[in-house]
Amino acid sequence: MAITRIPDTSHEPLLWEYAASRESADIVSLDEKYGLFIDGELRAPKSRKYFPTINPASEEELAQVAEAGKADVDDAVASARTAYEDVWGPMAPAERAKYIFRIARMIQERSRELAVLETLDGGKPIKESRDVDLPLVAGHFFYYAGWADKLEYAFPGITPKPLGVAGQVIPWNFPMLMLAWKVAPALAAGNTVVLKPAETTPLTALVFAELTAEAGLPPGVLNVVTGAGGTGSLVVTHDDVDKVAFTGSTAVGKLIQSELAGTSKRLTLELGGKGAHVIFEDAPLDQAVEGVINGIFFNQGHVCCAGSRLFVEESIHDRFVDKLKRRLNTLRVGDPMDKNTDIGAINSRAQLEKIEELVDSGRSEGAEIFQPDCELPTSGFFFRPTLFTGVSQSHRIAQEEIFGPVLSILSFRTPEEAVEKANNTPYGLSAGIWTTKGSRILWMADRMKAGVVWANTFNKFDPSSPFGGYKESGFGREGGRHGLLAYMDLGET
Amino acid sequence: MTLAPARSSVLPDRITTPTLRTFLRGVPSVDEVGASERVAALSTRSIKKESKRAALDLMIRMMDLTTLEGKDTPGKVVQMCAKAYRPDPTDASIPSVAAVCVYPNMVPYAVQATEGTGIYVASVATYFPSGLSDTKLKIEETKKVVADGADEVDMVIDRGAFLAGEYFKVFDEIRRTKEACGDAHLKVILETGELETLDNVRRASMLAMAAGGDFIKTSTGKVSPAATLPVTLVMLEAIRDFHDATGVQVGMKPAGGIRTSKDAMKYLLVLNETLGEAWMTPDWFRFGASSLLNDVLMQIRFQETGRYSSPDYFTKD
Amino acid sequence: MSRVGVKKTYKLYIGGQFPRSESGRSYAALGADGEVLARVAQGSRKDLRDAVRIARGAQESWVGRTGYNRGQILYRIAETLEDRAGTFVEQLMATGSTKKQASDEVAASVDRMVWYAGWADKFAQIFGNLNPVSGPFFNISSPEATGVVGVIAPEEPGLLGLVSRLAPVLVPGNTTVVLASEKNPMPAITFTEVLDTSDVPGGVVNVLTGFKDELIPWLADHMDVNAVDAGGATREQATRVQEGAVHNVKRVVLPSSNGADQSPYRIAAFTETKTVWHPKGL
Repeated sequence: MAITRIPDTSHEPLLWEYAASRESADIVSLDEKYGLFIDGELRAPKSRKYFPTINPASEEELAQVAEAGKADVDDAVASARTAYEDVWGPMAPAERAKYIFRIARMIQERSRELAVLETLDGGKPIKESRDVDLPLVAGHFFYYAGWADKLEYAFPGITPKPLGVAGQVIPWNFPMLMLAWKVAPALAAGNTVVLKPAETTPLTALVFAELTAEAGLPPGVLNVVTGAGGTGSLVVTHDDVDKVAFTGSTAVGKLIQSELAGTSKRLTLELGGKGAHVIFEDAPLDQAVEGVINGIFFNQGHVCCAGSRLFVEESIHDRFVDKLKRRLNTLRVGDPMDKNTDIGAINSRAQLEKIEELVDSGRSEGAEIFQPDCELPTSGFFFRPTLFTGVSQSHRIAQEEIFGPVLSILSFRTPEEAVEKANNTPYGLSAGIWTTKGSRILWMADRMKAGVVWANTFNKFDPSSPFGGYKESGFGREGGRHGLLAYMDLGET
Repeated sequence: MTLAPARSSVLPDRITTPTLRTFLRGVPSVDEVGASERVAALSTRSIKKESKRAALDLMIRMMDLTTLEGKDTPGKVVQMCAKAYRPDPTDASIPSVAAVCVYPNMVPYAVQATEGTGIYVASVATYFPSGLSDTKLKIEETKKVVADGADEVDMVIDRGAFLAGEYFKVFDEIRRTKEACGDAHLKVILETGELETLDNVRRASMLAMAAGGDFIKTSTGKVSPAATLPVTLVMLEAIRDFHDATGVQVGMKPAGGIRTSKDAMKYLLVLNETLGEAWMTPDWFRFGASSLLNDVLMQIRFQETGRYSSPDYFTKD
Repeated sequence: MSRVGVKKTYKLYIGGQFPRSESGRSYAALGADGEVLARVAQGSRKDLRDAVRIARGAQESWVGRTGYNRGQILYRIAETLEDRAGTFVEQLMATGSTKKQASDEVAASVDRMVWYAGWADKFAQIFGNLNPVSGPFFNISSPEATGVVGVIAPEEPGLLGLVSRLAPVLVPGNTTVVLASEKNPMPAITFTEVLDTSDVPGGVVNVLTGFKDELIPWLADHMDVNAVDAGGATREQATRVQEGAVHNVKRVVLPSSNGADQSPYRIAAFTETKTVWHPKGL
């Protein structure tokens, strides 16, 4: 009879380090200097001013970009007006649709190049720009292209009419996606556009503009004027702009709202948030951990709908926090161009300083900080993923939007208390609910004062799904059928 | 009759179907969409160069090279054992696999053929693959394969009893089989393709671990789907919870349908980022596979030569 | 000898009560010929503050009712309005309407209220949407009441203007603070008596009479008012509303964006679209 060998358990485990796996930047060829995209071509700014845009992961300059002044914005708006009146407005809707479809296809064709450029200019991990941003960008154009010749079915009782020239100002966290959210519905509804990208991330908008020219989009239908806040202000206050759409901070949104007081320009605002993420005892805990991680560390936490306030039912608080901490230790922070990077570069030095300042306030207000001891690159702007436990509603880190990879954890005892605390904020953009009890999901969803409620999931986006806030998170919706309304005249039959 | 003590620290004092039901209801639920998203995200990891080579080597060292066919013969088993020891006769740097996995009748041949190689012999038992027989007969079969020299026993749970809510029956059978194993390691096959929901997978995992399984294993390979990434993730998460609660480390074996090194790489990624380094060893993770081995060898050859290889250059057995 | 008539005191309507202005002030409401019809309460910033607080307190319960129930209450308003038609006709005639004009206005007001009442259990079907997202998710958008809404009623027409602005705000479950027509406040005050006898819960509609230029800045700047219908504001007053709106990102409906008086888009203007996602899986 054979003798059983007791399987031993003495094999040395493999400490598995992932070798660097850098996406090649060669696919992108950048000009040294970029002009403004006006009337279908890139042209030197009348302002004669340029500013550098850098790679936040290396602090190296990528290109010089024009800073549009008043004369430039005037030109862009005039070009948009002419295109609206002579070409885009009168064009048969089915023809407009085909241009937008064509743009969607060309984005798909060049998606790798655009993803790489997005990561170089903005610092987000290549896996996100490749797997999230660019597919959604193409999806948005494809979705709205199909609406262009079906507008009469979108809203009962309304004869579809465009508004005219749309002035759009977009942020740096999802440069191309925010462009898509604004440009696609505006063009589909028959408007022409003057777009002002964020000053730290102007490059994909400029390459996109060239792409539209290649697609044969008539000159003037899309104009891109780069610059900082001053340029944005020139766009939104321009007398010949009929519609203003802004995504960005609540502070700037309020500024725009006040600049537009006394006018009847149509306005939509998509502003800040301090999303509440509520975890009940009966939640699918391991998926909830992923939801929370994704909710706050996706795109370095530079997400207006980030789940930055976590409310955990007291009965599972410690266990859940332990799971979160363990998960935090597996996050890979570093070179955004590495395909395995989970958390890339903070978009700018100014943003990094703001995050540092708020994290310091969390410490000094007595919350307990947890950060994994991962190594950070020596150049560029980086910040460790951060948890705060023992946070009170009154702490600044529970009230102010940090817009970085920082999660504030609080606890609750009953659903009523969770709702009360979740809604106890001037913001109202997003909320998350994790529980397996269906009736409780619907009860909670009804009570959350937030424009997007993710139940047993988080940070999901889709071209067909409306997005936008309650209260100081702004008004109007982007995405879906609702997103068209912002670009249509409400004149009724 | 006294049985080996169950891992009682997570269990009620008196183990009955109702108390086990209460225990299993306390197991966190699983959201299938979320679990699928997680494995899809991990599947996008890009493993290159030396980290790829280390993983390919580990895949071989973690392999339970398997033949479980009605037409198996001693000759086939002996040939497979040779392959298990020297997967690539032209390259001595290629390690041996962890174990060979065979039907009960083949155990003596496998034991003989692996003697002195360090390769373990695993035998399926308990009326594999259906497991539809008397507990007594299953125990006898287990005792026989161990007596014949099997180092590891891969049992199947009674899925019918599990789905019917007869938790004590399932639990008790695992516990008795474990006792019948003596020093041999017990891998408990859940046959997740028949449990269908991830909630069931997670509960069955907890039941199997509490009853004394050294490993939990996805599938017999005879039911489709066999191993999947979401199922494996959920089982690994159950292992993690069990370890947190008891301090007892349990191993994991996905089996069936893992045919390419690209697939196996995804399993390793899920393992590495769920349980971490402590499980990155053949002691705690196995691949149940047959055709995977040659694909891994082809990948290694490609890494070494820079040329894509052909199956013609690798032995079948 | 003729009997000495008993004159009515025209007061504010806050929280289902009829208080005088805390300021102790009143002003003369004049008829078409310049005669004093009555002295009405001149609401103050503190009255407005109280009204907003009470409207906020009433909102959760109002929005928590079913659309069917809100629809029934709005229909009940129409019933009571019809019942009081005579009083409204007299009041409208006193400020210059002919009998026909006054009767038509009252009839139109009743009909408009009925029209909006019918929307309460339907508007969500028109403005909501099941969204076909590309993934295993159930995704639904539905409109919800914005919260507390300030309604600046038009100066003219005294009753129909008020009803046309107020009804669509109430339909989705907003509660309101109404600034009544300044120069023709009597129909608004009588309307509060209609509300009070129509099962409208106290605090859902609060009506202030007074001077718009005095009250609008406080309404516009109030941090607990979520939206303002400035349809009855002058251009300058509307601009003041826009300026105040900045403090808490209020939604503002301008006189210029009036659109049709009878439109579900009036309702939509005082809603927030909420989109809920849930995975579909085993």
